[in-house]
Amino acid sequence: MRKITYRDALREALREEMLRDSSVFLLGEDIGRYWGGAFKVTDGLAQEFGDERVRDTPISESAIIGTAVGAAITGMRPVAEIMFGDLTALAMDQIANQAAKIRYMFGGQTKCPLVIRTPFGAGVNIASHHSQSLEAWFMHVPGLYVAVPSTPYDAKGLLKTAIRGSNPVFFCEHKLLYPIEGEVPEEEYTIPFGKAEVKREGADVTVVATMYMVHKALSAAKQLEKEGLSVEIVDPRTLTPLDRRAIVASVRKTGRIVVVSEDCKTAGVSAEIAAVVAEEALDYLDAPVKRVAEPDTPIPFSPPLEQHVIPDEKAIIKAIKEVV
Amino acid sequence: MTLDLPKESLVKMYRKMLEIRFFEEKVFGLYGQNLVPGTIHLYAGEEAVAVGVCSALSKDDYITSTHRGHGHCIAKGADLKRTMAEILGKKTGYCKGKGGSMHIADFSIGMLGATAVVGAGLPIAVGAGLSARLRKTGQVVACFFGEGASNQGTFHESINMASAWKLPVIFVCENNLYAMGTRQSRIMNIENIADRAVSYGIPGVSVDGNDVLAVYEAACVAVERARRVEGPTLIECKTYRQKGHSRVDPAKYRPREEVEGWLQRDPIKRLRHKLIQTVISTEAELQEIEKEVSSEIEDAVKFAVESTFPAPEEALEDVYAQI
Ligand SMILES: Cc1ncc(C[n+]2csc(CCOP(=O)(O)OP(=O)(O)O)c2C)c(N)n1
Repeated sequence: MRKITYRDALREALREEMLRDSSVFLLGEDIGRYWGGAFKVTDGLAQEFGDERVRDTPISESAIIGTAVGAAITGMRPVAEIMFGDLTALAMDQIANQAAKIRYMFGGQTKCPLVIRTPFGAGVNIASHHSQSLEAWFMHVPGLYVAVPSTPYDAKGLLKTAIRGSNPVFFCEHKLLYPIEGEVPEEEYTIPFGKAEVKREGADVTVVATMYMVHKALSAAKQLEKEGLSVEIVDPRTLTPLDRRAIVASVRKTGRIVVVSEDCKTAGVSAEIAAVVAEEALDYLDAPVKRVAEPDTPIPFSPPLEQHVIPDEKAIIKAIKEVV
Repeated sequence: MTLDLPKESLVKMYRKMLEIRFFEEKVFGLYGQNLVPGTIHLYAGEEAVAVGVCSALSKDDYITSTHRGHGHCIAKGADLKRTMAEILGKKTGYCKGKGGSMHIADFSIGMLGATAVVGAGLPIAVGAGLSARLRKTGQVVACFFGEGASNQGTFHESINMASAWKLPVIFVCENNLYAMGTRQSRIMNIENIADRAVSYGIPGVSVDGNDVLAVYEAACVAVERARRVEGPTLIECKTYRQKGHSRVDPAKYRPREEVEGWLQRDPIKRLRHKLIQTVISTEAELQEIEKEVSSEIEDAVKFAVESTFPAPEEALEDVYAQI
């Protein structure tokens, strides 16, 4: 099968959905013909679809999302880009109080088919305002879906589902994933929300990992294989809805679990997954749940400091060895 | 450009602008040698703004800064060595390597820090102005931001609040025509950001931001107004970044004639020309200054390069204050 990058897979999804449905349009800062998006995801789309449908905005995050909400409840399907995940904080009212609640609060009269794409993640030395992983903020808002693709295949399939759906989707990307290559078929496909994927089968221990951490977990698993340990890796792919069943099924098989997520540990993605296991799989556990996550600090700038806070293969291996 | 200032002040402004320019040229070079982690946003071409404004402030006045902040730091009097060390991620840097290029601060000289969230500095400046009022210190606050930031809600909310409360804040818009690749005319229906001052009932002035004396004069008027408790001023400085938005941006979206036109109006060359033309300084005097500044910058680079990186565990420090 052909291989393409995560970035190209996202662009293909956007392009195909724009061709399929004229109500789909894009808006965001520098996504148009002069820049093509800070991470080049929308590169070339303005040339193909015009500046009306690939719309450069002023630096006004709150109004970008608010505008998208207004368009979504009146018949359009906006896909908004926020240049860095950290900057979604500026649009939090429109995301959490408006987009997420507009259907419920008005008794189901309207739908808000809106996608917010944004990159999270540390590792490129751009410090505390451009490196956070804030997925958990959005898991805490009923009314939003949260997608966390880790591969080009998942990125394309999930983005298509997000655009075609009837609800606001917070679509998390990761800076370090954009150049990663993976198999993506030429033919059309979508991936349903709420369906985890076992990225690697194993018998001794379950690792639930998301986004860039899936790749670190895979590499850790490879190393442990040489030591005779068989690691199963489950990638939830969407955090809301969360495929609790797949997580429980894997734990039932292995009896041990390590949750790996790049965000801060306290009240983070890993906390929710650990809670699911505690509620639904306690009887299957042969060891306590282990979490590998960022410590509760902002992301520092200097390389040795930053490397210290990002979970790595070593930390994953150590955690796995502690539970087996 | 009026020159009725003492020679000493004029030469000092020249020197500060040169410090910034040479500093930025070094940062540009060090980045190419892979010694600067992350990204950088250079201030080259905009020196007259920071230097003109900071020359109108006293040491204990405050400033707030942006992602394009090296020039603000240097103009306010920051130590070149510690500034460079921070950009290289060293332990001897102003923020012990936690901040980097986009987040330098020196609270000891009233430099309240650079935020990389576009538009986030404005309300913080208003808060510092409010604090100066409540503490009855007479300090003023200069707040730097780009024309791109003027489309954030914080711009409007902050200026309105400062105006309503007559706070001692000077809002300094560095209008370099582009926010990344987005030209101002494509996302705003006005040419002068200063026009927006009307909505808040405060003075708004547009000045040639590549003329350090024009900036200085406008800043002096604003500082006096602030100290008289008459409220804030919005100063728009028309300027241009000589390089791309960040180090990796070739800035192909800017017409070549436009870039060349602005290079002709280089703020440092202009002041130099004036100083010579009016016989305030001699060629030899200026060359001496250039040599001195150049060696100061070399020292800063040496200091920064030779400094050690912080120990990894230091990442966990400074999250909370201990007392
Ligand atoms: C709130 C926010 N939105 C977007 C960005 C990404 N970004 C960084 S600098 C920049 C352009 C800023 O333009 P302007 O305010 O005019 O300052 P300049 O870079 O021209 O000095 C953008 C969009 C950001 N850092 N913060």
